[in-house]
Amino acid sequence: MQMHQHEVIIVGAGGAGLMAALYASEGGADVAVVSKLYPTRSHTGAAQGGIGAALGNIDEDKPIYHAYDTIKGGDYLTDQNAAKVLAEEAIDAVIELEHYGLPFDRTPEMRISQRRFGGHTRNFGEELVHRACHAADRTGHMILQTLYQQCIKKKVNFFDEFQVVDLIVNDGKTAGVVAVDLASGEFHIFHGKAVLFATGGWGRCWSVTSNAHSLTGDGAAIALRRGVPMQDMEFFQFHPTGIYRMGILITEGVRGEGGVLLNDKGERFMEKYAPSVKDLASRDVVSRAIYDEVANGRGINGKSYVYLDIRPKTVNHYFEQEGSDKRIDDNYVESKLPDILDFCRTYLGVDPVKEPMPVQPTAHYAMGGIPTNVKAEVVIDENWTVMPGLYAAGETACVSAHGANRLGTNSLVDLVVFGRRGGMEMAKYVKGVDWTPLPEDAGKEVEAEFKRIRDGKGNAKPYELRDAMQKTMNDFVGVYRTDETMKKAVDELKKLRERYYNDISIDDQGYKFNTDLMEAWELGCMLQLAEVTAQSALLRTESRGAHSRDDFPDRDDESWMVHTLVYQTGGEQESDYRVTAEKPVDLSLWDEEKAEGLPEDKQKFRPKKRVY
Amino acid sequence: MSDLTVKFKIRRQNPEVPGKDKPYWQEFTLTGVDPTDRVLEMLHRIKWEQDGTLSLRRSCAHGVCGSDAMRINGVNALACKVLVQDVGNEIMVEPILGLPVIKDLIVDMEPFFEHYRSVMPYFITNDPKPADGRERLQTQDDKDKFDDTTKCILCACCTTSCPSYWANGKYVGPAAIVQAHRFIFDTRDHGTQERLNILAEENGVWRCRTIYNCTPACPREIQVTKAIGEVKLAIQRGKREGIVRVVHAHQH
Repeated sequence: MQMHQHEVIIVGAGGAGLMAALYASEGGADVAVVSKLYPTRSHTGAAQGGIGAALGNIDEDKPIYHAYDTIKGGDYLTDQNAAKVLAEEAIDAVIELEHYGLPFDRTPEMRISQRRFGGHTRNFGEELVHRACHAADRTGHMILQTLYQQCIKKKVNFFDEFQVVDLIVNDGKTAGVVAVDLASGEFHIFHGKAVLFATGGWGRCWSVTSNAHSLTGDGAAIALRRGVPMQDMEFFQFHPTGIYRMGILITEGVRGEGGVLLNDKGERFMEKYAPSVKDLASRDVVSRAIYDEVANGRGINGKSYVYLDIRPKTVNHYFEQEGSDKRIDDNYVESKLPDILDFCRTYLGVDPVKEPMPVQPTAHYAMGGIPTNVKAEVVIDENWTVMPGLYAAGETACVSAHGANRLGTNSLVDLVVFGRRGGMEMAKYVKGVDWTPLPEDAGKEVEAEFKRIRDGKGNAKPYELRDAMQKTMNDFVGVYRTDETMKKAVDELKKLRERYYNDISIDDQGYKFNTDLMEAWELGCMLQLAEVTAQSALLRTESRGAHSRDDFPDRDDESWMVHTLVYQTGGEQESDYRVTAEKPVDLSLWDEEKAEGLPEDKQKFRPKKRVY
Repeated sequence: MSDLTVKFKIRRQNPEVPGKDKPYWQEFTLTGVDPTDRVLEMLHRIKWEQDGTLSLRRSCAHGVCGSDAMRINGVNALACKVLVQDVGNEIMVEPILGLPVIKDLIVDMEPFFEHYRSVMPYFITNDPKPADGRERLQTQDDKDKFDDTTKCILCACCTTSCPSYWANGKYVGPAAIVQAHRFIFDTRDHGTQERLNILAEENGVWRCRTIYNCTPACPREIQVTKAIGEVKLAIQRGKREGIVRVVHAHQH
């Protein structure tokens, strides 16, 4: 196996990974970024609507309002210290992106333009606020490009199309990673003092998803196999507006610009579910509303979708009804939402300035993942025990700023804020520690696993198992869940895993760009994450945020102001999982209010029923 | 709906398999195809249901990551942005031209990225950060001058459709010029002269003979030839001012 040595190894080159790379380099560390995709292919580039920061360029705003919205949006499972960091550092992070050259849209005062987004309000829920800083509807694309450009400028080392397949741990300390060079199929060992996972989510566990094919949860599954628990896996966000059947995302920015959701009767149904902010309620609320409309026969033509309408005629009608002076025209929609129009015209033959768009909820974002503290250090239990040298940031991490449901724009905030923190922390950390020696058998285990997949003579093709897994997750671990459906899911997933380990074969026996082999390996990651998702969801006997149970429809703060942690027990193939619910939610902002002696009705951060 | 039969003819090559190490064509037939299925989905079906050795790059599947550039019925496109109904039921797929083929539809992108890096594709400024700790100021009109070229996803559809690039791989190519344009016309940037100097050299913009293949090839609808023309003008005039006119209505 070829060897490499770099103080800091960053796995994944999306927003979090690149931000960490810039900051670790700036802090003087020798950094390598190892990514299975060319950096600019990362899914950060698909983020559309904006990045939230309380700049107050259009209306008055403060970080504490942003923190409040984040906590409320997270249905109070959000760790309040993390939300505070996220909201406060968002401002600096966005300004910094502008200083890196990011081409934000501008206000007439030449400042960064901002738009409204779901759940983002002023003065603790008083009214919607313009907080999402945007570059048309390709904000994520511009962030990804800008960060990659800066990495080129600073000559960061990149190992593009190297897929990380294992984490090397020696005596409880991080020692590096094992990666496959996709072009040659060879295994490489990256010896490092610190490793940061920024590998994104695992939306491909579901059949209808906004996620890229490459979002297979590699980093999270690898960490799980190496003793790191997964936190809050039951919370997976279904974005309300995916293109019908395809799942391609239609940004919440459409509703931020005035777009409305309509059912088969032409009713703006969000008026019933969220009388105050209507279509801009948090995503979990809107996804459930669409599901309920469809379940009650009010989907369009009785099918499982509703309309998202941004036609100026419709939007202006509701502006007028609400007493707003604002009016939009076709050109406005074209200039604010060019990519969305392009998607609809390309894939649906629908022109959104003339016709409404058919949408349904789509599996979108993992709130859960690798548990970290606010320094992006990975923690391995409910006592915040840090695993030395291991870091995580972005979607694959669970810090947990998003709690039970993430607000729109906060994923981009998360990755710049905590990517940056991770980079700075690692630069400091590697200065003060020696190299952890590599164990003698480093890489052998995963090499054997690849040989097993390659040599398999079974009957099942990986794609058949993957299809079955995705369908199981969509049917049984979707917007609504029950004890019965989730038990079915666990049973089915166990059977699939059994077949995965005993009954598969692949076609490609080569080494160069063996995507057949890599897809099969990725399926193993997804099967594990799907199962721990179902197991964690079974344990949580309440409904909160994105986790909605028909059999436990209410939030239960008495029992469930805790994060779940799921551990792998036993080996990978015969593994079982142990789920715990002992890690309390950080309520430090509420604690401060209580310490100040604020009466209960003045305590903003006290968990209460969410009303939008 | 789902009842079309589609014939695929795919240009393949596998350096590891004797007899397949030279380019060859292979045909596949798919049934149950919907006219609105994406070519990428069809290639996946071939890979998953018929021949797992078929190799291609892909990620986002909706035209924003730039992984799956290929030649479809002779025209460069992203496989995830072409629907079966756009190209008919006999579909020919080849790797993009002008870059070395590694395996099937996968080409070596390194020469492409080398050209990209050569034009200083990053923000350069000599100004101190604003004293108030806030953003630099820019008008929306000034931002709109380079808005079009910020859309580039580095998929290489333009560069590998360019006969000048096919003829001479040292030419930086349309994509690199588009990336340079994005900074040359950014009023906040101070690297304009250096970039214009690079692009004025023999393998810069003057290799462009305005053949125009690049513009229709762009899956992001960037006006590539126009951008190259604007860079040529800036070189001739020795400055960026007065070249780009902002058009407000986005036409389709």
